[in-house]
Amino acid sequence: MSLDAATIRRIARLARLGVGEAEIERLQTELGHIIGWVEQLGELDLDGVEPIAGVGHAALRLRADEVTDGDRVEAVLSNAPGRAGPFYAVPKVVE
Amino acid sequence: MSYVIEGSTGPWELVIGLEVHAQVVSRAKLFSGASATFGGEPNSHVSLVDAAFPGMLPVINAECVAQAVRTGLGLDARINLVSRFDRKNYFYADLPPGYQISQFTHPIVGSGKVDIELADGTRREIGVTRLHLEQDAGKSVHDQDPTRSFIDLNRAGVALMEIVSEPDMRSPEEAGAYVRKLRMIMRYLGTCDGNMEEGSLRADVNVSVRKAGEPFRTRCEIKNVNSIRFVMQAIEVEARRQVEIWESGGVVDQETRLFDPHRGETRSMRSKEDAHDYRYFPDPDLLPLVLEQGWVDSLRSALPELPDAKRARFVAEYGIPDYDSSVLVAEQATAEFYETVARGRDGRLASNWVVGELFAALNRTGKTISTSPVTAEALGGLLDLIKDGTINGRIAKDVFEVMVETGEAADAIVERKGLRQVVDTGAIDSAIESVLAANADKLAEYRSGKEKLFVFFVGQTMKAMKGKGNPALINERLAHLLKAD
Amino acid sequence: MSDMVELTGQSLAAALDGLEKGRFSSVELTRAHLDAVEALNPTLNAYITVTAEQALTQAAEADAVRARGEAGLLCGAPVAIKDLFCTEGVRTTAASRILSNFVPPYESTVTAQMKRDGAVSLGKTNLDEFAMGSSNMTSAFGAVQNPWRRRGDDSPLVPGGSSGGSASAVAARIALAATGTDTGGSIRQPASFCGIAGIKPTYGRCSRWGTVAFASSLDQAGPLARTVEDCAILLRSMAGFDPKDSTSVDVAVPDFRAAVGRSVKGMRIGIPAEYRAPGMPEEIERWWQQGIAWLRDAGCEIVDVSLPHTRYGLATYYIVAPAECSSNLARYDGVRFGERVEADSLDALYERSRAAGFGDEVKRRILIGTYVLSSGYYDAYYLKAQKVRSLILRDFTEAFGRVDALLTPTAPSAAFGLGEKMSDPVTMYLNDIFTVPASMAGVPGMSVPVGLDSAGLPLGLQLIGRPFDEETLFALGSALEKAAGFDHLPALRAGAVA
Repeated sequence: MSLDAATIRRIARLARLGVGEAEIERLQTELGHIIGWVEQLGELDLDGVEPIAGVGHAALRLRADEVTDGDRVEAVLSNAPGRAGPFYAVPKVVE
Repeated sequence: MSYVIEGSTGPWELVIGLEVHAQVVSRAKLFSGASATFGGEPNSHVSLVDAAFPGMLPVINAECVAQAVRTGLGLDARINLVSRFDRKNYFYADLPPGYQISQFTHPIVGSGKVDIELADGTRREIGVTRLHLEQDAGKSVHDQDPTRSFIDLNRAGVALMEIVSEPDMRSPEEAGAYVRKLRMIMRYLGTCDGNMEEGSLRADVNVSVRKAGEPFRTRCEIKNVNSIRFVMQAIEVEARRQVEIWESGGVVDQETRLFDPHRGETRSMRSKEDAHDYRYFPDPDLLPLVLEQGWVDSLRSALPELPDAKRARFVAEYGIPDYDSSVLVAEQATAEFYETVARGRDGRLASNWVVGELFAALNRTGKTISTSPVTAEALGGLLDLIKDGTINGRIAKDVFEVMVETGEAADAIVERKGLRQVVDTGAIDSAIESVLAANADKLAEYRSGKEKLFVFFVGQTMKAMKGKGNPALINERLAHLLKAD
Repeated sequence: MSDMVELTGQSLAAALDGLEKGRFSSVELTRAHLDAVEALNPTLNAYITVTAEQALTQAAEADAVRARGEAGLLCGAPVAIKDLFCTEGVRTTAASRILSNFVPPYESTVTAQMKRDGAVSLGKTNLDEFAMGSSNMTSAFGAVQNPWRRRGDDSPLVPGGSSGGSASAVAARIALAATGTDTGGSIRQPASFCGIAGIKPTYGRCSRWGTVAFASSLDQAGPLARTVEDCAILLRSMAGFDPKDSTSVDVAVPDFRAAVGRSVKGMRIGIPAEYRAPGMPEEIERWWQQGIAWLRDAGCEIVDVSLPHTRYGLATYYIVAPAECSSNLARYDGVRFGERVEADSLDALYERSRAAGFGDEVKRRILIGTYVLSSGYYDAYYLKAQKVRSLILRDFTEAFGRVDALLTPTAPSAAFGLGEKMSDPVTMYLNDIFTVPASMAGVPGMSVPVGLDSAGLPLGLQLIGRPFDEETLFALGSALEKAAGFDHLPALRAGAVA
């Protein structure tokens, strides 16, 4: 199985992963192979089976409504590759 | 009469549905311990969870859950005892993790309703499809630098309730009434402050048009409209745009649009359309949210009286007109103020004073009901003086003006200024007699049949008594003395 | 005692005992390990970052604390930390270029607890990038070598993955023990490949807070060490309820060490028929049978069981894990931390930063995950995988109605050569065929070294237990360990190569 080039471009775009034209063909084969392989699940009859998202042993715990964090601008920005004063900076976003 | 847009091919009906994003009143954010308070220095109300640092995990805020449930109860809605959080995946500068935690397939609140009332008194029920909890995004600042946008995450992760209506509205007015009513209910509940300037209430507006009896046509979504007036304007211009397209033989594209209030038009947001695939899936960092029925019941029993119930009760309990009642309940603080004044007193008199003198004074002084220079207790004290005959209604207005200016209590003002009403018939009689003596010509005219002059003598007597005479007694004594003469 | 080989060659338990008895100081012990790291790490590449100075400071503090009689559980023990645990002020890379200069302003819960207990951190160990891999070949900081060699063959072998650096370091005696994380076998498989013990505890036993996420519904931290007892000691420090992790489970942490050596008489051990892979070496089957015999000799009752959906575990895993990772890794966008490639537009910045920052395997998984969640494919892949996961969980639940634990091989092969199995991703994925099902079910699994294959490479057996019943695994693991008497040494180890 191989995925078509348009699909590779579409998912790469969704994932914001720059993919060069040269890589597309390789990804078509590689991803196609993986997808083809996981399709073995199609052999199973899954009618009436309840899907599970995880094995969580309980329900969500609720925390108290208290301000316990914040006022740590330096920590928040300490690793920022682009910074302008107290802000993160990115190329201009045009709406 | 129903609202239509007259096109060249005849009338068009509007179909409107709203997605209202209401910021939850809470101290901390939905999934982090950072402050949810509006404002603050940039990036100061931010935890490493909000900034999506590696390995940071969400833990849900109990109060935000309670607020959503209260709101659901206020909308007469079904509360889902089991709900779930999903991730809505998309990249944006103000969305640090690359996904918004929201509730897609299993919202915390199911279907409910909002009753609205229009200017002509028509009442309608607007269906609420669902209410779910989700995170707000941060803020991009575009005007500080020519080539860069700046990101402030103070709002990122603040809890929002998204309240989705059925496509039940048919006019801009209905949409405006719906948002206003929703806001009123949430303010009563204390679940959202409804402050549209600070963005605590925003609406995405879905609009389509159709000919009477048709199924729905393609709709457009106008994103992020931040005032009720703009909601109404946006609907109108968008509906006109769609009518023009249909009538010129075109086809309306389903798309996301933005309302520009300066130009009075909507325009396409193609950037949002690009790659519109959110890949929702259950957030594996969170387990299902399971509520106890008993807890929901305890929230229900602690709910405050909601506006519609209060309005009906005021009419029944205090005997005031429905219109006055609707004005009084529009703001919870006003209703409370009124009720403090009215309790144990004449409800109509109280309503007249609150809606009349008090509102006028607040308007004039630029104050609100909660910063009113005259407290409810003080106004009640004034009404008590009227009721027990200490002062008359005219003097009461003067006393009230002094109260507004000085904040003094009514009885103190009355004492200090000697405004106590004169009920001594001897004093009244002597005032009348001097008025009659000074106006012998008028008295003669009266005697010759010009009975209208009676009012003149009353006025002159009141004037002579510096307004402090008891009007009923003056009338009574004047009639007696004129007859006796 | 100052001989490096003796200091580094002892177990964690023995080292803690020696510290307590004053036979050596933590500074001496730590220095011996740092010397060994210096000698071996250039070859093994087990550590990405060595924090020698910090380690010696911590060691001196630990000696002082012990002198005051306030020694915690791990006081003065030099250990290694997988570079997936965020460490405050110490670069944390997840073996990815995109985090190559990331210095967390916070400490993961697991490592904070170890610090609390007095552990000395030698440094951050190498791994597959973002823990995605079974060979440690996908690290942006280079491959890790397994300290073992095939008999008569000096070509380097992989340590397994993703906790390959931790496994290699522990096996080579350049750490007394190490932390790992296991999403589909990332503790157990490298433990097996490197001839050491490792346990992935029950999902929810160790906090995930502060550990770089790969697949949130599967990720679980655990120890790698040279003995079952050492794993028990380290796990007790790592485990515990954490209110900052919504999936952390509020149960008491038992004294796992007390379960080591406990009698296994009368325990029922299930042998699942499905844990045989096509092309699996006969030796693995033979050691499995040997393991069964040992447990029977120790008084266990051996029961044949069936976990019919085992064979679908891997395919399920390779939908669920990439789906979660595609979302978890969206935060690495070059805006708030991590490497950035400048561009004129925000989207271009994202695309270039992520293209340059992630390696091929991570990109593949992000793309697969994006695909299986995308509109029109969700039901066919992700939803289906969730249903199969439900069946896999049911298999285990039913089996544990009949038996106390399961015994299986850990991996379908011994360590393979550096660069082997790289031609096709699926071939590499098959490494996890025996470890993935327990991950999907969230149940604990332990690998114990039991013997060598004909080439002289170690092989491990896996014990799988009920949720939150790690104690049974420690009891059975120590029984296997005792019966196997595994005392083989890797070719590369502290003091053995200069």
